[in-house]
This record gives sequence, structure tokens and C-alpha cells, in this order.
Amino acid sequence: MTNAENLIALLIAAPLLGAAVLLTGGRRLDAVGHWVGTILAAASFVFGAILFADLLGKNAEHRTLIQHLWTWIPVEGFQADVTFRLDQLSMTFVLLITGVGSLIHLYSIGYMEHDERRRRFFGYLNLFLAAMLLLVLADNYLLLYVGWEGVGLASYLLIGFWQHKPSAATAAKKAFLVNRVGDMGLSIAIMLMFTTFGTFAFGPVLGSHEKPGLVDGASEATLTGIALMLLLAACGKSAQVPLQSWLGDAMEGPTPVSALIHAATMVTAGVYLIVRSANIFNLAPDAQLVVTVVGAVTLLFGAIVGCAKDDIKKALAGSTMSQIGYMVLAAGLGPIGYVFAIMHLVTHGFFKAGLFLGAGSVMHGMNDEVDMRKYGGLRKYMPITFVTFGLGYLAIIGFPGLSGFFSKDKIIEAAFAKGGTEGWILGACALLGAAITAFYMTRVMLMTFFGEERWKNQPTRSPEAPSAEPAAAHHGEHAEPHPHESPKSMTIPMIVLAFGSVFAGGFFSIGDRFLHWLEPVTGHSEGDSPLSAATVTGATMVCLLIGVAIAWAQYGRRPVPVVAPRGSLLTRAARRDLLQDDFNHVVLVRGGEHLTRSLVYVDHTLVDGVVNGTAASVGGLSGRMRKLQNGFARSYAVSMFGGAAILVAATLLMRAV
Amino acid sequence: MSATVVHSLWTTAADPISKIDAPKIEYGQLSPTLIILGAAIVGVLVEAFVPRKSRYYAQLFVSVVALCAAFAAVVALAADGYATTKAGIAAMGAIAVDGPALFLQGTILLASMVGLFTFAERRLDPETHGNRVDSFAAQAASVPGSDSERAAVKAGFTTTEVFPLLLFAVAGMLIFPAANDLLTLFVALEVFSLPLYLLCALARRKRLMSQEAAVKYFLLGSFASAFTLFGIALLYGYAGSVSYGTIAQVVDGTISTVDPALADTMGNDALLLIGAAMIVMGLLFKVGAVPFHMWTPDVYQGAPTPVTGFMAAATKVAAFGALLRILYVVLPGLRWDWRPVMWAVAIVTMLGGAIVAITQTDIKRLLAYSSIAHAGFILAGVIATTPDGVSSVLFYLAAYSFVTIGAFAVVTLVRDAGGEATHLSKWAGLGRRSPLVAAVFAVFLLAFAGIPLTSGFAGKFAVFKAAAEGGAAPLVVVGVISSAIAAFFYIRVIVLMFFSEPRPEGPTVAVPSPLTMTAIGVGVAVTLVLGVAPQYFLDLANQAGVFVR
Repeated sequence: MTNAENLIALLIAAPLLGAAVLLTGGRRLDAVGHWVGTILAAASFVFGAILFADLLGKNAEHRTLIQHLWTWIPVEGFQADVTFRLDQLSMTFVLLITGVGSLIHLYSIGYMEHDERRRRFFGYLNLFLAAMLLLVLADNYLLLYVGWEGVGLASYLLIGFWQHKPSAATAAKKAFLVNRVGDMGLSIAIMLMFTTFGTFAFGPVLGSHEKPGLVDGASEATLTGIALMLLLAACGKSAQVPLQSWLGDAMEGPTPVSALIHAATMVTAGVYLIVRSANIFNLAPDAQLVVTVVGAVTLLFGAIVGCAKDDIKKALAGSTMSQIGYMVLAAGLGPIGYVFAIMHLVTHGFFKAGLFLGAGSVMHGMNDEVDMRKYGGLRKYMPITFVTFGLGYLAIIGFPGLSGFFSKDKIIEAAFAKGGTEGWILGACALLGAAITAFYMTRVMLMTFFGEERWKNQPTRSPEAPSAEPAAAHHGEHAEPHPHESPKSMTIPMIVLAFGSVFAGGFFSIGDRFLHWLEPVTGHSEGDSPLSAATVTGATMVCLLIGVAIAWAQYGRRPVPVVAPRGSLLTRAARRDLLQDDFNHVVLVRGGEHLTRSLVYVDHTLVDGVVNGTAASVGGLSGRMRKLQNGFARSYAVSMFGGAAILVAATLLMRAV
Repeated sequence: MSATVVHSLWTTAADPISKIDAPKIEYGQLSPTLIILGAAIVGVLVEAFVPRKSRYYAQLFVSVVALCAAFAAVVALAADGYATTKAGIAAMGAIAVDGPALFLQGTILLASMVGLFTFAERRLDPETHGNRVDSFAAQAASVPGSDSERAAVKAGFTTTEVFPLLLFAVAGMLIFPAANDLLTLFVALEVFSLPLYLLCALARRKRLMSQEAAVKYFLLGSFASAFTLFGIALLYGYAGSVSYGTIAQVVDGTISTVDPALADTMGNDALLLIGAAMIVMGLLFKVGAVPFHMWTPDVYQGAPTPVTGFMAAATKVAAFGALLRILYVVLPGLRWDWRPVMWAVAIVTMLGGAIVAITQTDIKRLLAYSSIAHAGFILAGVIATTPDGVSSVLFYLAAYSFVTIGAFAVVTLVRDAGGEATHLSKWAGLGRRSPLVAAVFAVFLLAFAGIPLTSGFAGKFAVFKAAAEGGAAPLVVVGVISSAIAAFFYIRVIVLMFFSEPRPEGPTVAVPSPLTMTAIGVGVAVTLVLGVAPQYFLDLANQAGVFVR
């Protein structure tokens, strides 16, 4: 394997080929389309595995592979190359994306079985894989931006996949619009980089963590500006406050999409961006502080929203937001937290994808009902789903020994290790988040799999169930559901992901494997924690127990009402996503309307007046000048003679002056 | 005459004639021009000796072969280094063979080839009495509306003389930008002007208008030629030479005496300034700059449309080439005198062309005013007086000529019962009827307007950049304003074609032969290629941008 870097392009090429074939192939491919998509996704995973083996065979300092394909924009003073960089950081992402991606392709074969546009669905999924791989493999910010927009497009197409539902179309549009705000941040960051450094390639700009590149010479103000713009981009893509409002609605997409794009991979691109740009953030402490604040606020925000939702997918979406908040918080801590941000990202990729697939499996068996108040006692009917979902649940709340325990605990430790008052505040937020996570996940678990069977004697698919998926229309609507286990193509991915949920964290942490693997890229420092590791772990356990206990008291001991009670003010606010849409509406939409209205007024009176006036006067002038053209050769000759006279006179005059 | 001289005429012994040096002619370097001239003469012989039925094909064959061969000769010369290292002056100082000359000759030849295709188109007019006919009069000499005209039409005559006329014009245009002395310049001017006057008079339809246009063009052209000739005389009086290089040296002061007989007038600055202004005026007439532009709309409208397209493209290339050489080779020492004057001319040309175009209702007149505005833009590049100025003008001319020929070729397609339907109101809704033709025309209009990804943008950007770097920033501002005004009427035509209801009795779009299709196709291709990837051609123009002195 001397030329392993030549394989990098194939990673992207395989799913890209799939997207091209499936989206242009037409109906002829309907019968085999899903297999084509799945096999190409798996092929990409195989290439990733080969490259991973190759990297492992090298010394830590030689684990960066560069593949230069061609020069994209060759202009003097501005060069954009199509170059890929495969190092430990992007390798981690490649394995996560292609691995989880292949499993979800497999799962979708069963899940989308009855959708007549299944071929197109797989085309979009492959397109997503290609774009996401381009995002993490790009060797400069401009190429990264291409991938960034590509995943945005795929996300838009997949959220609105059931475009006949107005809610899905609206959700897709909302995701697209909110993401635009973030994308603008990324493009401004790239422009700032170009004007400051004259290039936006990773190598020259960032350098390595031991020896920073051009960033070393730039002023802190510039770097803070770039970093904040990158953070804005990350907020858009990763649904962080204040650009978080799209993620809940994005659950309108098919559940495999929610699992792959809106839980495991795409939404973590913001974390990747921050960790990749570590050398910029390291030199801009003010920006880092903002990153940690955004992370801490979001982790609480998402968790609170997750507590109040009765829609299982939206509860999980709140949880995703909250977990990414943890990652962003860790990424904002600098070298103390980078490795743990990525580690939590990977373990979260396993357990959250597993949870979403479990939710999809539940919906599959329940006539696409999403309201947890109409579930209950399902553990008997769906044993595999119950076990895999349960393991994911234990992982996410941080049950000792499971994946989430290792990665989340490290982040909480790192938050305290930040030191000073900030450290205490951030650490406290992270601990509080852990308690709330335990609460809402226990709530989901209890409402879905335990308690009385609330779905009996009443038809599901009530009008207020917002996310009815037509894929399973064959089950017959308005009938009492008959919960059943899902087919193998769906349960196998869930089992595989459950294994990851259980063992990944331990595997990474024993002997600090993950730390040693990633440290050459991101750098690492221990920080000085005021608390010992054991204290933090103990405190986390206490929080966990409190959260579970409260949930048990509310939902385990007492029967769950089928119709949601009115609830406290906070509950009602949380049901409305903590009023994020109302805020956006009042501030942005109304404000925007006022702004456009006043602009239109100015445009009509002032601008149009000037424009029309100019046009009228030019037109009038034209009409008058036109009369000079009277058709008589003698007039033309006089004009020429006059012109020549002026020409001669002017030339002589110039000399005289 | 003294007796001794008379005597010497009758004897051969006194001075052997062999003492007169035979002129040294570099036939190879002059081959492009010589090929075209030779082919033109062959064309005349074809008219005399080939039966009428075969003439069209014979003429077409001769013309195509000649243009191809001449273009190949230009490419060979350029490849041989005559554009750069081996650039020099040939034919006893009469003709320069250098980068700009070869670049412009190549452009003229390619544009002429495309123009030739539109000349040869015979599918647009309905067949008359079983004969396919082109855009030209059946018999040029017959009076419009007379019996003899009817007889000629009935007999199915066509004026195949247009092909040799075209070739003569092309030959003159090839010499014009390469001329290295004032007399050659004048001869070339007449060589290409006279055939054009004739061609303008040869329209098959609307013959009176066509003849009127030709007469106007001839009268005003002769008037302008007279100025040029008088300017040449004055310059000779000033410098004692008609050679560009010598005049430039006298202007610089490197040479003080050339001809003792002219000691009285030599070095008289009034002669220099007036003479230079008059020569420049003659050239400004040919490029159609305000206030010498008034012939343009009338002639463009009256001439047969293929001739208009050819003339608008190739004449402009040749005349700007000659203007560049005069200003950069002969008069660089006079820069501070002519630049302000040219500034003024450029400004009134850009604004005048753009403003008057707004109220035009005839598509051919509209394009005529547009060509005036473009002459102003090109002048902005000429004024830069930097190497970038030269190369930007070369690039602009190449880009502009193909757009122009293509646009006029499209005009030939839109027809109603009276021939070409040139009134704008008839173009309403064309996009619904013939989306392809309308789309192609829209591409040309966008190129005229200078919208990015068309050659017009690359060209405009190049000349404005050169002008700004040459210290003519105000000129660029005026240029951008004029472009904005001009964009209005280009876009208006697009709106008219695509967003208006078609008229019930509107024109039809004729299906042309592959000849016109090729002409239009080449126009679109060049427009897009020069717009999307101009770099190679900009580099080419850059390499070609150095005049030999």
C-alpha cells in the first residue's frame, strides 16, 4: 500500500456515482436502485477501512495523506485546488459516515419498502454521503464549503422528501433558510481568511498544532472575527442557539434521514469545523469563550425542549441538539476538550442513530404513530427494538461502562478543568444537563416501552399526529395498531449500532486509545481541574440518579395520561421549543417585514423617482438627438466638416495651452 | 524640362537602367494579402468565362479556398515568429509584418469567412422561377421597378460579382492595419472602400433604399477620404516623408532634415497637428465615431444585411488597426496633444451611440447605433497608450466582430412577405414562435451588453481596465454609464422577444442552409468561449500587442 492516497478520491467517487446513476437512471432502476445505493455506500466503507488499516501501519507523524486531484480555479493570486487531506481527524469521520451510513442504507431498504420513490431516496442518500465525505476530506476551506453546501442540499431534499405534505415542504424550506444564515458566516470567514492570509488551504493557514501556520502572524482581532464567523456557520449546521430552530421541524423527513443526517453525521459538521480550525480558535480566546457559552446554552436548551415533547422523534431531536451542545462546549475548551468533543461525537453517532432507528422501528410497528402518549408497554411486542433502544438509552444517559459514560464524563471533567469561575459555571451546566438528559430519556423509555398499553381500543393517526408517514399506508389507517417486530433488514443495523453504543466508549478510553490516535492532529492538554476525576464521576452519577428518579416518579409510578395535561408555564414554553419560532417571528420576520416595507417605500418614492426621471430625460435626449439624423447626406457632411474643424481646432488648442 | 533630360529619354547609353535597384518584395510575408488579391482576380475571370449556372459554385469555391489559404498563411507567419521576434517591415517599408498586423489580419479573415457564408446563403428568399436566389439584386445595373429588372428576376439571375468584390474589400482590409506608410494606407483605404460602396447598393429587396444608402456612403466616404489625403499631404510637408517610422522620428526630433527641398515647411508644428487631426478624422469616419458617424445608421439599414454584418465587423477591425498604428507608431510623440481630443471623441461616441439607440424602432438601425457605442468603448482602450491598451483593443475587436456578424445573420432569418422584417414591433413574441433563434439572438444581445460569461464582458473588462490603468478613469466611468444605458435597449429587445404576445400576422423564421447556420453557430461558440475562458485569447492578444517601428 504505497499509494494509499490514491484511494481517497474513490471514497467520494463511489457514492457520487451512485447518486448520478440513481438520479438520472430513470424507472428502469426502480427494482435494483436500493441495492445499488447500499452497495456503493458499503464500497466506500471498505475503501475507508483499507485506508484506516494503512494509517494504522504508519507512525503517528506520517498519518496524513494528501491527494491532489486538479487545480480548480487557477488565477494569479488566487488558487483553489481540489485536494484531499486524510488525517486521523478526517479518518475518524470517514469511518463514522460510511459505517453508520451503510447501516442506515440497509435499514432504509426495509423502511422505505413501500415508497414508490425509493430509488430517488437512495440517490439522495448517496448524494449526502458524497457531499459529507467531501466536507471532511477537503484540504482547503473553499472545497469544504462545496461539501458544506452539498450536505445542505441533500438535507433539504431529504427533509422535504415527502413533499406532498405541506409540513415537510415547509420544514425543508425552514432548514434551508436557517442554514443560509450560517453559510453566510462560512463564506465571510473564507473571504476574511483570503484577504488576511492570501490563501485558504489548511496546510499554510493552520499549520500543525505544534507549529501554527499563517494564523500565528495575524492579529487577534482578525482571528476573533474569523473564528466567530466559523462559529456562526457551525451554529447553523449543528443547530446551536441561536440558529437551532430548524432541527425539530427537520424530523418531518423519513426516520433513516433523521438518524443519519440529523443525528449522527451532518449536524456534527459544525463540531468538525471548529476542531479542524483549532489553531484559529486557540489564538482567539474571546471567540473560544463564545463557543463554550453557545455550547452550554444549547445543551440546556435542547435538553429542556426534549423533556416536554410528546413526539418521539422531536424528543430525540431535542436530545441531539443538547448532545451537540456538549460537543461544542468541549470544542470551545481548546486543547483540553478537542479530543473529547470528537470522541463524544463518535459515540453519539452510534447511540443516537440507534435510538432513531429504534424510534423508526416503533413507528413502523405502530402505524406511523409518533405520539408517545399513545404508546406504552411495547417491550413485549418488539423485543429486539426494546433491547437495542434500551442499550442506546443507557449509553446516552451515561450509565457506567457504556459509551456515553466515557465520553460525556470526559467533557464534564474538561469543563471543570477550564479553571476559574468559567470552569465552575460550565461544569455546573454540563452536570445539570446530565441530570436533565437522564430525566427526558427515562421519560421516553417509560412512555414507549413500559406502563399500560395506551394504544389499545383507540385508532391511531389522529388528526393532530403531525408526522404521519405514508410509507406504511399499507397497514391500514384508523385501525387499532398491531405492534410487531420489524424485518431483519431493519433490526440488524439496530443491533450493530447497539454494539457500538455499548462498547465504543470503553474501547476508545481503555489505554487512552482515542486520545493517542487524535492527539497528533488536535493537540491535547490536561488542564488543571479543581476537582478530581473521581469526584466529577461521582457527581455525574448522582445527577443521573436524580434525573432517573424524577422521571420514574412522574411517568413510571403513575399512569401516563393519553391527552397531555396543560402543564406549567415552562412545560408549555418547552413544548413550543422554548418559543424559538415565536422569537424568530417577532424579531426576524416582523422586523424584516418592516424593513422591507420601509425600503419599498423609499424605493418607490425616491429611487424610482430618480430612475424614472433619468430614464425619461435620457429618452427625451435620445428623441431630440435623433432628429439630427435627418437622412440628408448634406447635413451629414456638414456634421463631419464641423467635427473635423473642431478636431483640428482642439488639437491646435491643446498645443497652445 | 531641359533639353538634356529630353535627350536622355531618347538615348540608352548615358545611364544604364541596371543601376536602379529592383524593389525587394518579401512575397512570403505578404502572402495573405497576395492570395486574396489573386483570388479576387480569379473571381473576375470566373465572371467572364464560366457559364452563369456554375458561377455561384465556382465563386464560392474560389473564395473559401482563398480565405482558408490566407488564414493558413497568417497562422504560418505567426508560428514562424513574425508576430514577435522576427517582426519587421516588408515591401520596401510599405507594409509592417508584426503582432498586431497578423492578429488583425487573422481576425479579418475569419470574420470574412463567416461573412462569406451569409453572402452565399440562398435558401432564405423564396425561389423565383425555379432559381434559388441570395440577398443580392438580380442584376445590379437594372433600374429598380423597370422591365429589365423584371426580366432579370424572371431569368433567375444572381449577382455573383459580390464574391470578387468581397475579396477585393478583404484584401484592402488586410493591408490597412499593416500599412507602414501613408500612401499605402490611403491606397488600402480606397481598395476596401470602393467594393463596399458597390456591395451596399446590391440589395434584392428595397433596392431604392439600398442604392440611396450606397450613394450616401460613397459621398461621405469620399469626403472623408479627401480629408485623409489632405492630411497626408500636410504630414509630408511637415516630415518630408510618408513613412511611418521617419515621421515618428521627425516628431521626436531624432531627425531634423529629410528632404532639402522641404526645408521651408519641415518641422512646422501647425502642419503636423492639422495633418494628424485630418488623417485621424478619416479613420474615425471609418470606425463610425461621433460626430463622423451619421452615415452608419442609414448605410447599415439600407445595405443588404449580409453586407452590413461583414462591413460592421471587418471594417471596424481594419480601421481600428490602422488607427492604433497611426497613434502608437507615428504619433506617440504627440500623445499629449491627441489624447485629450480623443478623450472627448470617445466620450461623445459612447454616450451618443447609447442614447440615440434607445429610441430606435428598426433592428438594423438599433445595431448600427450599438456599433457606434462600441466604437466608443474601443476608443477608450486605444487611448490607454499602453501595451495593455493594444492587446485589449485586439481582443475586443476579435470578440466584437463575431457577435456582430452573428447578430446580423439572425436578422436575415426573421422575414415576412416584404423580405426581412426589421421593424422591432414585428419581433414581439419571437421567443414563443422560435425559441432557439430568439435565444441565440439573446446571447448576442447579452454579449453586446457586456454581461459576464459572454465575450462582450471579457472585452469590455479588458479595455476599461487598460483605460483605467492608463490614467483615463473618468473615461471608464462614462463607459460604464453608457454601458448601463445601452443595456437598457439590448434587454428591451430580449423582453420584447420573450415576454410580449406574438402578433397574429408576425414574421416567420426562415430555415437557413448550413451556411448561415455555421455563421450563427460560430458566432455563438466564439461568444461563449471568449466569455467563459478568455484567458488563452487574452494571452494571445498580449503576445501580439507590440508594434514594429
